[in-house]
Amino acid sequence: MSKNRVLMCGNEACGEGAVLAGCKFYAGYPITPQNELTSYMSKRMNETLGVFIQSESETSAINMVFGASAAGVRVMTSSSSPGISLKQEGISYLSACELPCVIVNMQRGGPGLGNIAPSQGDYFQSVKGGGHGDYKLIVLAPASVQDMLDLTITAFDLADKYRMPVLILGDGLLGQMMEPLTIPSEIEPKHYDKPWALTGCKGREPRVIKSLLLADGALEEHNKHLQEKFKIIKEVEVYSQSFNTKDADIIIVAYGSVARIAKAAMTLARAKGLKVGLIRPITLWPFPDKVIQEACARAKKFLVVEMSAGQMVEDVRLAVNGKVEVDFYGRMGGGVPGEGEILKHIESLGGAGV
Amino acid sequence: MIQKKDTALKNAEASVKSLRAVEHHYCAGCGHGIIHRLICEAIDEYGIRDRVIAVAPVGCAVIAYEYWNFDVTEAAHGRTPAVATGIKRVRPNNIVFTYQGDGDLAAIGTAEIIHAANRGENITVIFVNNGVYGMTGGQMAPTTLAGQKTSTTMEGRSLRRDGYPLKILEMLAVLPGVKYVERVAVNSSHEVLRAKRAISKAFKMQIDGKGFSIVEVLSMCPTYWGMTPIQASDRIKNDVAIFYPLGVIKSC
Repeated sequence: MSKNRVLMCGNEACGEGAVLAGCKFYAGYPITPQNELTSYMSKRMNETLGVFIQSESETSAINMVFGASAAGVRVMTSSSSPGISLKQEGISYLSACELPCVIVNMQRGGPGLGNIAPSQGDYFQSVKGGGHGDYKLIVLAPASVQDMLDLTITAFDLADKYRMPVLILGDGLLGQMMEPLTIPSEIEPKHYDKPWALTGCKGREPRVIKSLLLADGALEEHNKHLQEKFKIIKEVEVYSQSFNTKDADIIIVAYGSVARIAKAAMTLARAKGLKVGLIRPITLWPFPDKVIQEACARAKKFLVVEMSAGQMVEDVRLAVNGKVEVDFYGRMGGGVPGEGEILKHIESLGGAGV
Repeated sequence: MIQKKDTALKNAEASVKSLRAVEHHYCAGCGHGIIHRLICEAIDEYGIRDRVIAVAPVGCAVIAYEYWNFDVTEAAHGRTPAVATGIKRVRPNNIVFTYQGDGDLAAIGTAEIIHAANRGENITVIFVNNGVYGMTGGQMAPTTLAGQKTSTTMEGRSLRRDGYPLKILEMLAVLPGVKYVERVAVNSSHEVLRAKRAISKAFKMQIDGKGFSIVEVLSMCPTYWGMTPIQASDRIKNDVAIFYPLGVIKSC
C-alpha cells in the first residue's frame, strides 16, 4: 500500500477518510467551522461517483442520509453545534431503525448561535442521547488531523458493524488547523452484508424499515435489543490512550484537541519534577471507565480539562466513584486553555504529593 | 393487524399484487384505502413492483407498509421527500415515491417538499389532502378550508387568526424542476378513474426520467368532518374541489 504525506486541515482529512472508507453519499448544509469538509466532499464525491447534496437544512441533510443509508450505501453528514442540534430528530430515527451512518460535529462555542471558536460544549448532547428516546451513539474524539482521517475510516466500519450512527466529535480547532498526515493511497473498505437494505424486492420478500412499534410490548422488546447491542459495544469497543500514568500522582483526563494541549502541560510538569500523567479517551461513548478505575489505585488526584463548563468530568466522577478527588479546569465560549494555564492549575492543586 | 382473508380480500390479492390482502385500519368512508389501491394498480401495470421503494409518512397512513407489498421505509414527520431524495440518488434505477398527508407535506415538511421539487428530484409524490390531521384527532391542517370546524378551530377556521388554506400545488407548479402536477379526487367512481390516470402518469414520468411529479388527491375524512361517508363525498364536490380545483396544473 503506497502512502502520501500531505498537508491538510482536519476538515479535509475527515472528508478524505470518508472517501477511503467507501462513502458514497454525503449531504450537508454550510456552517462554520466545518465548511471545508462540505466543500471537500462536493469535489470528492463528484470524482468518486458518489452523491453530494447541499441540502436546504441540516434537518433535510440527516434525513437524506437516512434514505441513502436505508438504500444500503455508506453515508455521511457533517455540521457544527447548532446544526447538530437540528439533526437530533433524524439521529433518533436512525438509531431506532438501526441505520448505519457517520455524523461529524466540529463543535463551536455555544449555547445558541454562540461563536465560531472551538468548544467542547456538546459532550452531553453527544454521549447522553441528544435526541428523544433511549439510544446511544458511538462517539469518537480525534485529537489530530491524522486522527480525523483514521477515525473517520474507523467510524464507517463501526457504523456498519453495529448498524448504528457513529459520531465524530471534533471541534473548530481540529477542523481548521493544518498538519502533515499520511494518507494511504487506497484501502479495501470492510464489507458488511446489509440484508435489511431497501433495494427493491426483486427475488425476495419486501423489506420494511420503521421505528413505529405499536403492538403490546413490541417497543420494549426493540429497546431491549438496542440495549443488548450497546452492552456489547461497551465491552469491546472502548478505546483510550494513557501517558505516564504508571507513577503519576495527578492524572489529567482530556479528549480531542484539549488532550494535545494537556499532553504539552504534562511534559512541562514532568520537567518540573511533578508526577503528572494523562488519560485521553478516544471513545467518549463507550467511556473508558475501566482505565480510569484502574488508575484510581495509584493516582492521588484527577484533573479533568475541557473546553466546557464541565461535562466529561461527570463521567470521570462516575468512574472514580469517590475514591479520589476529581478536580476540573474548563474554558467556555470559545476559550482555549494554554499549556501554561493548565500547568499553573496543576501547580495550584497541591496536597497530591506535588 | 388482522390477517383474516375472506374471499373478497383473496380476490384483491390476486388482482393487485402490490396490495397485501389484509384488512386495513382506516375509518369507514376514508379515501386512503382507495388511493393505496390506485397506486398499487399503477405499479402492477408498469411491472415495477420489484423496483419500488416507497416512503411512508407520519399521519393516518403511517402503517401503509402493512398494506403495500413492496419495499417501504418510514420517515420522520415531513422529512419524507428528503428521505426519498437520499434513496433515489443512490438507487436511480429504483422507482421511489412518497405518500404524504397535508400536515406532513404542507406544514411540517414544507421546506423538504419545496426543495426536493426545486432540485427536480426524479421521484413521484402522492399528496393526500383531506384538510385535517386525522391521526392526532382532527386538528386544523394547512389545507383546512375557511370556516371549517376542527378540534383546534372549534368556531371554524378564521382567516384572520389561522391564515389561508394553502394551495401547495400551485406553489410547486412554478418551479422549473417540477414536471407534472395534477389535482384529483376520490369522491366518486368517475373521479377515482381520473385519479388512477393521474397517478399512473406520475409514475410514468419517473420511469421516463422526466423529473419531479406530484398528484394531490382530495380525500374524504368523514370521522373528523363529522359526516357520513356519503356527505363527505358530496362535500368534496360541493366545497373542497371548488377551492382546490381539479385537473392538470402542469405537464411537461
